[in-house]
Amino acid sequence: MTIKDAIHALQTKKFSSKELVQGCLDQIQKYDNHLHAFLTVDDKNALSGAENADSLLHQGIKKPLLGIPIALKDLFSTNQLRTTAGSKIIDNYIPPFDASVVTKLKDAGAIVIGKTNEDAWGHGSSGENTDYEPTRNPYDTTRVPGGSSSGAAVAVAAGMSLAGTGTDTGSSVRLPAAFCNLVGIKPTYGRVSRYGILSMASSFDTIGHMTKTVYDNALLSEVTAGFDTKDATTVDVPVPSYTQALGNKVRGIRIGIPKEYFEAQGMQKEIQETIQAAMKDFESLGIQFKEISLPHTSYAMACYYILVPSEVSSNLARYDGVRFGHSRNQFGAEAKRRIMLGTHALSAGYYDAFYKKAAQVRTCIKNDFEEAFKQVDVMMMPSSPTIPFKIGEKTSDPLSMYLSDIFLCPVNIAGIPGLSVPCGFVGTLPVGIQIVGPQFSEEQLYVLADAYEKINTWYTQVPNMKAI
Amino acid sequence: MQSKKTSIDVSHIAKLASLPLTKEEEELFSKQLSSTLSYVQQLGEVDTKNVEPTAQVTGLMNVFREDSIVPGLSQEEALKNAPGQHNGFFKVDSIF
Repeated sequence: MTIKDAIHALQTKKFSSKELVQGCLDQIQKYDNHLHAFLTVDDKNALSGAENADSLLHQGIKKPLLGIPIALKDLFSTNQLRTTAGSKIIDNYIPPFDASVVTKLKDAGAIVIGKTNEDAWGHGSSGENTDYEPTRNPYDTTRVPGGSSSGAAVAVAAGMSLAGTGTDTGSSVRLPAAFCNLVGIKPTYGRVSRYGILSMASSFDTIGHMTKTVYDNALLSEVTAGFDTKDATTVDVPVPSYTQALGNKVRGIRIGIPKEYFEAQGMQKEIQETIQAAMKDFESLGIQFKEISLPHTSYAMACYYILVPSEVSSNLARYDGVRFGHSRNQFGAEAKRRIMLGTHALSAGYYDAFYKKAAQVRTCIKNDFEEAFKQVDVMMMPSSPTIPFKIGEKTSDPLSMYLSDIFLCPVNIAGIPGLSVPCGFVGTLPVGIQIVGPQFSEEQLYVLADAYEKINTWYTQVPNMKAI
Repeated sequence: MQSKKTSIDVSHIAKLASLPLTKEEEELFSKQLSSTLSYVQQLGEVDTKNVEPTAQVTGLMNVFREDSIVPGLSQEEALKNAPGQHNGFFKVDSIF
């Protein structure tokens, strides 16, 4: 079910918010001991929140998400509700406050149904780096759902929630969206407040979400985006009414196809074919494609894996077991690897060769995008070079895991927005296409994606829950 | 893609990062981190002469706010998650 349909049903009294929330809780009860989407389910508060929403609905009070159940990635601080970051080191942490985004979502009437599983601290592309049980893809439970916002994606795909929030530092909203047949937004850096979200790499981190449709996604962005005095990196740019823009004309929009992305090693033939079919559909909407070049593409992952671990090593220094949580030997293997890599890159004698060099290459990559956006309005590329991979396939080789983000990380390096949209299936497995635009061009991305979704309703192909 | 092997002094770095590691972890990470470090060496190929480093992508700078008092956490709330407390303070291991 989409949020749009649910809002209509709540307003016309087809069902109550309590029934809607209970339906989600029933799905969790039935399937989550196998899928492992949730780390904490807040059933009691969700049900009482739903009762309250029903009474407000009855009084005719209007709020954009009134009575809608949502799931929050476990990096979002939630007042009096356990927040683990997917890590065992803070498995007992009860935040005394809500993240700004959580406050905004609650004020808009949304109901928090629970906290979702993830690669611990956001470190991963598959969900397998959780310190708990790895989340499984409901489209094929032997495969990964994509990470790091793995549980939030599966919660939406499996009907346990109508939206799932995530953070995106390198791929963490868009990859699980692509692997689970969802729409996932990575907004412009500074578009959405990060106050109260556990930090990973502060010059990259963005706050996004996953939904079934483009409309639903745009609706949540209207609620979450905007300036926040508590996050000095938020930019005071007005938030457009994204949902009202849907339906605007797309004819004549120029889309760039970065040739380096299509020459990338490891791109599966089936992905290439699915993307080409999607491009034909975009063409039928009057879109013009133009080949462009982003010359520094092949250096993006190397740049990312210097800068991000450096910032990670600094951000994770605060977990010392003094103010909350346990001692540092409780970190999982991937967190340890990133702390070590970052500490190495920042250490005396290595700083210039690693950190400074990578920060300069970051400028080159950002310039590549800025130059290309002088010729085209947006760009398009696959969200992933492969279909969702098997659980365990890449866990022993961290580098091969890192390379699954090859089409997504450059977007974070440049701080621009990216939207992953379902664009077909290989067998029963979903494929996503990514639309990327200049900073603060989210509206344009939504308009284009919505026009495509109107001719291709891939989101209606839900997983076969009987097989789980 | 993999050029020359790079090594990393895992036990030294672990000490800097205040990260206790087991012998097995040291061996595993030494192998895995060396392979990642070999991969990132390719950055050396990029000509970055006269290129400024980037750390802030939207160009914001000098973000100020009024230095005014706003409500914060109470002492009790701030201490609630602390594993060790003493007279309303956080208890830490001695460092000398």
